[in-house]
Amino acid sequence: MATDHAPATWHHFDDLEHQQQTTLFGMWAFLATEVLIFGGMFTAYTVYRMQYSAAFEAASRHLNLWIGGINTLVLLTSSLTMVLAVHAARHGQRRATTTQLLLTAALGSVFLALKAVEYYLDYRDNLVPLYAFDPAEWSALNVRPQHVELFLIFYYCLTGLHAVHLIIGIAVVLVLAVFAHRDYFTKEFHSPVEAWGLYWHFIDVVWVFLLPLLYLIGSRAIVG
Amino acid sequence: MSTISAPFRPQSSVRQTPTAGENYVNAAYGTRSWLLTTDHKRIALLYLVSVSSMFIIGGLAATLIRLNLLTPNGAFMTADTYNKTFTAHGIIMVFYFLVPVIPSVLGNFLLPLMIGARDLAFPRLNLASWYIYMVGAAMILWVIFSGGIDTGWTFYTPFSSKASHTDVIPAMIAIAIAGFSSIFTGLNFIVTVHYLRAPGMTWFRLPLFVWSLYATSLILLLATPVLTVALFLVAVERIFGIGIFDPALGGDPVLFQHLFWFYSHPAVYIMVLPAMGIVSEVITCFARKNIFGYPFVVAASLGIAVVGFLVWAHHMFVAGQSVYAALVFSLLSYCVAIPSAIKVFNWTATLYRGSISFRTPMLYILGFIGLFTLGGLTGLFLAALGLNVHVHDTYFIIAHFHFIMVGGTVMAYMGGLHYWWPKITGKLYPESWGRISALLIFFGFLLTFLPQFVLGYLGMPRRYFAYPPEFQVLNVLSTAGASILAVGYALPLTYLIWSLRYGPDAGPNPWEATGLEWQTPSPPPTHNFAEIPVVDCGPYEYSGEEVPDHGH
Amino acid sequence: MPSPVELFPARAAEIAYHVDALFFFLLIVTGIAAVGVFTLLIFFSVRYRRRTPPRPTPRITGHIRLELFWTTTPFLVFLVMFWWGARIYLAMAQPPAGAIDLYVVGKQWMWKVQHAQGQREINEVHIPLGQPVKLTLTSEDVIHDFFVPAFRTKIDVVPGRYVYEWFTPTVAGTYHFFCSQYCGTNHAGMRGEVYVMDPADYQQWLNLKSEGSLALEGRKLFLQLQCITCHVAGPKARAPILESLYGATIPLRGGGTAVADDNYIRESILNPQAKVVMGWEPIMPTFEGQVSEEDLIKLIAYIKSLGPGQTPQRNEESVPPPPPTETKKTESP
Ligand code: HEA
Ligand code: HEA
Ligand code: HEC
Ligand code: CUA
Ligand SMILES: [Cu+2]
Repeated sequence: MATDHAPATWHHFDDLEHQQQTTLFGMWAFLATEVLIFGGMFTAYTVYRMQYSAAFEAASRHLNLWIGGINTLVLLTSSLTMVLAVHAARHGQRRATTTQLLLTAALGSVFLALKAVEYYLDYRDNLVPLYAFDPAEWSALNVRPQHVELFLIFYYCLTGLHAVHLIIGIAVVLVLAVFAHRDYFTKEFHSPVEAWGLYWHFIDVVWVFLLPLLYLIGSRAIVG
Repeated sequence: MSTISAPFRPQSSVRQTPTAGENYVNAAYGTRSWLLTTDHKRIALLYLVSVSSMFIIGGLAATLIRLNLLTPNGAFMTADTYNKTFTAHGIIMVFYFLVPVIPSVLGNFLLPLMIGARDLAFPRLNLASWYIYMVGAAMILWVIFSGGIDTGWTFYTPFSSKASHTDVIPAMIAIAIAGFSSIFTGLNFIVTVHYLRAPGMTWFRLPLFVWSLYATSLILLLATPVLTVALFLVAVERIFGIGIFDPALGGDPVLFQHLFWFYSHPAVYIMVLPAMGIVSEVITCFARKNIFGYPFVVAASLGIAVVGFLVWAHHMFVAGQSVYAALVFSLLSYCVAIPSAIKVFNWTATLYRGSISFRTPMLYILGFIGLFTLGGLTGLFLAALGLNVHVHDTYFIIAHFHFIMVGGTVMAYMGGLHYWWPKITGKLYPESWGRISALLIFFGFLLTFLPQFVLGYLGMPRRYFAYPPEFQVLNVLSTAGASILAVGYALPLTYLIWSLRYGPDAGPNPWEATGLEWQTPSPPPTHNFAEIPVVDCGPYEYSGEEVPDHGH
Repeated sequence: MPSPVELFPARAAEIAYHVDALFFFLLIVTGIAAVGVFTLLIFFSVRYRRRTPPRPTPRITGHIRLELFWTTTPFLVFLVMFWWGARIYLAMAQPPAGAIDLYVVGKQWMWKVQHAQGQREINEVHIPLGQPVKLTLTSEDVIHDFFVPAFRTKIDVVPGRYVYEWFTPTVAGTYHFFCSQYCGTNHAGMRGEVYVMDPADYQQWLNLKSEGSLALEGRKLFLQLQCITCHVAGPKARAPILESLYGATIPLRGGGTAVADDNYIRESILNPQAKVVMGWEPIMPTFEGQVSEEDLIKLIAYIKSLGPGQTPQRNEESVPPPPPTETKKTESP
């Protein structure tokens, strides 16, 4: 690696500052790709959402809005701790950086745990196509069971894809925490924290889109 | 060998002394030093070997296709084998050869050199891209040789999601993996161009090859993920039997086509833009001229990249989209053709009052211009709605895209490879063999694919392993051409390898070219430049005249 | 019939003349462009080839007027191509009234063709010379494509919906048709012949092959499948009566309207909840899986033919049906 240079500087950069900017820009570019991954899924989802709105709304009403809502708060809080972690890293505060990173990872894990509970409840409520699903229940509601399955498969794909991103995020944040603890980051060098901070906020924003798209389309109790 | 001596002005005033000392090849020895390298030049060579191997495999599949079409009822293959063969051919050639070839081989090698950087922004990511590519390639080869897939390279649903009994999912995973390799390469290029340019290398002094790689990278970054999504959804449908694309279960099969072409139309520009970049480099050097209309060529590259995202549904004019959508996509397809026209005209104008020599790279590049123009012009036939209905999914389409992809991009790639071969290896290849190969490929190509236009208008559908007897003569002609083509490709394979050992030393700048990559020894040292050059003029100052001072 | 080498396809439909005209226009225009570019390339290559000793070259970096010229000229030419192509495409999209109806179902790997009067054929299509013919096509499995080179038309035949294709044959003869959307193993075998016949011969052919008409078959199904229990006239009606439905504009529950074309009727049978008629409850069950594509075509043909007062009685058995001529529209009572 880059042992013969200033700490953590590769030979092809002018200085640390230059390297950090480059890293951040790289993360932005990567997020552009991510936007299109989720964008592609959203588009496909939206097409069917418009075509089979009755079934989609009915199915959406069966999702667990409570857990979805709480999870939103959890994730938003984790974004806050991530901001604090980045702030601390910029100021070279070792302890604070470590703690905030650990908090972030912890909140992310809480989200996943709740999500797991939610998946279990979905299973219990017969909301898993192929494994636990009762077509008659939906026919009785006058919607085509196959369209409900379509909604559910998108629900699992989208939340699953989001969860995979989150798992990666948690793993990286934990590694960063270890590095932070070992005093790897300095006032001058902290671009990994900043870059992965961006990634973390991105996962958050995705969830903020998922919530209304999946949970809130069915005009629940508000209208009746 | 330096008989060219028209005056020219190198892009930087720092001339590197051509010392025959340590370079990136002899800096370290052993397999490990190659497999763990983060040097962009070594990674480029890794790609060169793997991508060329894929080309040979894809080419062998093409050979089988052409042989089978010698007789109306299929010369020796069953329908299934034939279907698997053209699918393998299309997938390998597109996803494992033509998309990566120029960016990953020539781009990887040259981009840092051309902008005066010591490496790409993320060298380890660069190496990772190669490994990812290799995993994808290994997987697809395993799928193809263990049983094959029969969906065509377009994976149309519901055939791919429901009807096909072959290993569709592993193939899709393999392609998605290769896609990530492209994404990371594109990301690396974009960041590098933004942040690692040498002092004085302003945006409008960038060589056009760099600009075209930049535009290509934008597409790689923004289009590839949509392909991943499309393939992912097909896989989900196959596994769970949920009707995402199957109308029997409420899905919409045409939605898949939209997602697929949203990637694959921009992807055709991924395949041609870098080739256009090479043309601009080579044509200026061998005509000893500034490029004509630099800002227009740059704008054309970016314009293709942007508008290229808006025309995907021109592949679906008979797939049952609304008439109004078809009108819009047809009009936009014409709009995206304009930047290509601009480029062709500017290249032609560049020759005006030049001092043109016909070395091997130049012959290849002139071949590109000719064949690309013909291929592009037939694209205009396809974009005309009423005519598209007749020629859609016939050999007219096959001929159209082979003209651009083989006659265009592969020609340009060969030209680029010959142009930079002395830089990459430090050796010269035998010039006359080079010229012979360029001519063989050019004429072999015409014989292979011109008859296919006629076949297409006659109505021979593509993906047919057997056909009505009246199409036979033209098919035989096409196969005859393909064999000339194969010899044309076999030649460079031989003499380029030969030159590694027996070729004369090239010296740092055998073509007396102006770009930064020529101002460092051949092969370049590991860190590219002893001293980072300071750029003080544009890339193509070949003329004898004084360069007006812009002030720095 | 076919000579060993053909260089240009037979031309046997009205629209084909227009397509070929466009083709030749494009051939000429792009030919001029190509010859222009190549002439310049070759001329420059010869005129400015390198001499010994090499001469210095002038520093030319561009010319704005030229750039504008060669940007706008192609654009204007392209507009013509676009406009011309669009006109033909629009014509192809609008079947003329009074065309002969043919129903085509594609499946791996054959084409099943049904005539309105009930004649069926496989991988063959018989049509009369000089009359517009309209195909209504669908697929039972994957996407196919019905392509008749001599008529210069094709259309992707997508499962789950109806698509249309029409042509007016102008030259009697036998012509290939192909499946031109890749559909699996025997894609290349999914082809056949179109026979364009003199009207008299055609009539003779029809008579030879005649069976019960499509609408009549549909009527049987309508009774068999118990559609009649709900779609019946009078106070017992639990569903809208289907007389004179075809082509009407239907007000939908929750606002909006729909035009009752083939695709609408198809959807109403397979997925009744998708569009519910205003004023009715969504109680109709789906018939998906119970009716094949061919049966659907028959049902639709029947519903199309259903004039005022022609709904059968509820207690009527599915046999005996009235003779075919009587299902044609009569004066309303
Ligand atoms: C590198 C690859 C590449 C490139 C660059 C292009 C470029 C173009 N392509 Fe092509 N295309 C493919 C690869 C490519 N294509 C492939 C692979 C398919 C089939 C996929 C499949 O189904 O398997 C396809 C299919 C395809 C279709 C769908 C056909 C069908 O299936 O029905 C259409 C339709 O519009 C089309 C149009 C065009 C146009 C208008 C351009 C334009 O960009 C071309 C622009 C260039 C020029 C026009 C030439 C230069 C111009 C001049 C010299 C000026 C001339 C001036 C005047 C005429 C005034 N292409
Ligand atoms: C980059 C893309 C690329 C390239 C380079 C090629 C190269 C060639 N292609 Fe291909 N082709 C496609 C992309 C490409 N093709 C795609 C996307 C399809 C559509 C697939 C689908 O429908 O799904 C297609 C389909 C396709 C078909 C239509 C099949 C069908 O629809 O039924 C045919 C038929 O002639 C064909 C022929 C050829 C030939 C003769 C070459 C030649 O140029 C190849 C020449 C190369 C070699 C022969 C190998 C190199 C030679 C040596 C190293 C020498 C040693 C070898 C020998 C002596 C044999 N191709
Ligand atoms: C259980 C009762 C029931 C049966 C059985 C039934 N339908 Fe219906 N059908 C309805 C009702 C109620 C509506 C109106 C509400 C709606 O559009 O869903 C309707 C609507 C329709 C429409 C749309 C009518 C319009 O005015 O737009 C068509 C077409 C149709 N049915 C055809 C059929 C056919 C064909 C069958 C038998 C194969 C059938 N139906 C069997 C109850 C039934
Ligand atoms: Cu049916 Cu191809
Ligand atoms: Cu395209």
